[in-house]
Amino acid sequence: MTNATLKQLSQQLAAGAVSSVELATQYLDRIEALNPQLNAFITVDRARTLADAAAADAARAAGNAGLLTGVPMVHKDIFCQQGWKTSCGSRMLDNFISPYSAHVVEQCNAAGLVTLGRANMDEFAMGSSNENSYYGAVKNPWDLKAIPGGSSGGSAAAVAARLTPVATATDTGGSIRQPASHCGVTGIKPTYGVVSRYGMVAYASSLDQGGPIAQTAEDCALMLNVMAGFDERDSTSLERAREDYTRDLNQPLAGLRVGLPREYFADGLDGDVAKVIEDAVAELKKQGAQVVDISLPNTELSIPAYYVIAPAEASTNLSRYDGVRYGHRAADYKDLVDMYEKTRAEGFGAEVKRRILVGSYVLSHGYYDAYYLKAQKIRRLIANDFTAAFAQCDVILGPVAPTAAFNIGEKSGDPVQMYLSDIYTLSVNLAGLPGMSVPAGFDRQGRPVGLQIIGNYFGEAKMLNVAHQFQLATDWHTRAPAL
Amino acid sequence: MSLTHQDVARIAKLARINVSDEEIVAVGNQLNNIFGLIEKMQAVNTDGIEPMAHPQDVSLRLREDIVTQTNQREAFQAIAPQVEKGLFLVPKVIE
Repeated sequence: MTNATLKQLSQQLAAGAVSSVELATQYLDRIEALNPQLNAFITVDRARTLADAAAADAARAAGNAGLLTGVPMVHKDIFCQQGWKTSCGSRMLDNFISPYSAHVVEQCNAAGLVTLGRANMDEFAMGSSNENSYYGAVKNPWDLKAIPGGSSGGSAAAVAARLTPVATATDTGGSIRQPASHCGVTGIKPTYGVVSRYGMVAYASSLDQGGPIAQTAEDCALMLNVMAGFDERDSTSLERAREDYTRDLNQPLAGLRVGLPREYFADGLDGDVAKVIEDAVAELKKQGAQVVDISLPNTELSIPAYYVIAPAEASTNLSRYDGVRYGHRAADYKDLVDMYEKTRAEGFGAEVKRRILVGSYVLSHGYYDAYYLKAQKIRRLIANDFTAAFAQCDVILGPVAPTAAFNIGEKSGDPVQMYLSDIYTLSVNLAGLPGMSVPAGFDRQGRPVGLQIIGNYFGEAKMLNVAHQFQLATDWHTRAPAL
Repeated sequence: MSLTHQDVARIAKLARINVSDEEIVAVGNQLNNIFGLIEKMQAVNTDGIEPMAHPQDVSLRLREDIVTQTNQREAFQAIAPQVEKGLFLVPKVIE
């Protein structure tokens, strides 16, 4: 049963073939058995999960069940959830029991989804390997020596290991797509502004966006129907009519124009990854898609622009952790400033501190124009590249990362090497476009490789359509690691 | 560009993060490596380019001037490091 998709579980619950309590118990047992080796969870609360599952069963018995009532899920530990520890992977929030719930959590609760637990992540979503968690690195279920990707590594690993059918995640520079690619699961980052950031612990507010990770594109569409929607408590939430993201899943792909950006297939791309992407493109061509050669000339500049903008916004957002209202406070201090400095030195990990320091510098007096403003201008150039590209094609395809998952410890001592591996994902966040990763094959070591699909603004239904048609013709998304 | 130890100490002060004398060399080296990467954007001509702050370039919404939140002081103070009589306590700042 734990191999089933969200859609299948929803059907089995509706048919009375299984109860929500039975389902939750199966997943909790599997988590208990496998999580010690994977470290994908920060918090599991069996009693609470089973109580929520019983409530879902009661709602169904009373005739009040929706499509996803009673289906189990996992939240990334970045979404505030009332009564649950919301640590964001940080010592700073290790003692933080959220007094309120994020909009995404409210929406999931309203849909009747049952929370199995809270997924591990890079501290404050800063990282590409999940090695930056205060709670220790998450292991890749396909190879325990490998990173699962980050920052939503716990979410992706949990879905890959079949510890949950679906998990929420967030993506500031690739944090949904890259772990989904490395773990062989499907994930989508919607257009900026589609999913409310209310109650989602802030990293870089102009880039942060929530989305789902699941086995299939169809499940991602079902989850996005739950997670998306206008919320006035997020000042950048977009006021748009509700969409059914499943509406185009079954459209044929004949005539679809797929753009292949030259810059995504240049030096630095691993040969095995290139082959997987070529094969995926060939499959779509077989279904009638036409390939268009496109250029995104400013791709390389996305790295410096991102590593100015994101740290700048992070340094501002994380100034709230002062040891006064919630979270960690140092034990001994001589005055207020000493309390701030010790609290923050103890509460934050090395990567978070680095980004706060970079951000504090680029925003400091006399440097704003040279760094933050310059990066925002480059951001415009990157967005313009995509606008020009989408005049020629409907979706853009490419790799998610230059290689499959690297080994734990391989890049952790060298932040710059780690940043360079974000080359194919950052520009999508800078432009605010939707992007997804779909399982498309494996490298020579048997580690999963994802195909990235980038859509135009609000092109989620089209991307999910492409991904679903690809998944109807391939079985990569059905492969699960032996555990 | 290369940050000196004094620069790193000043940035750490601005960020209110205690960086010890033992850490400062390593932190400085890492920051200099990161800025080596960042400096690549200085070579690009961006004259006349409008900076982009928000992907949709939307303006901020205004809301009705009405009460939307209820008082939750007790719930919020239950998770605070130190409170007394409904107040958050910090070290003395005014003599």
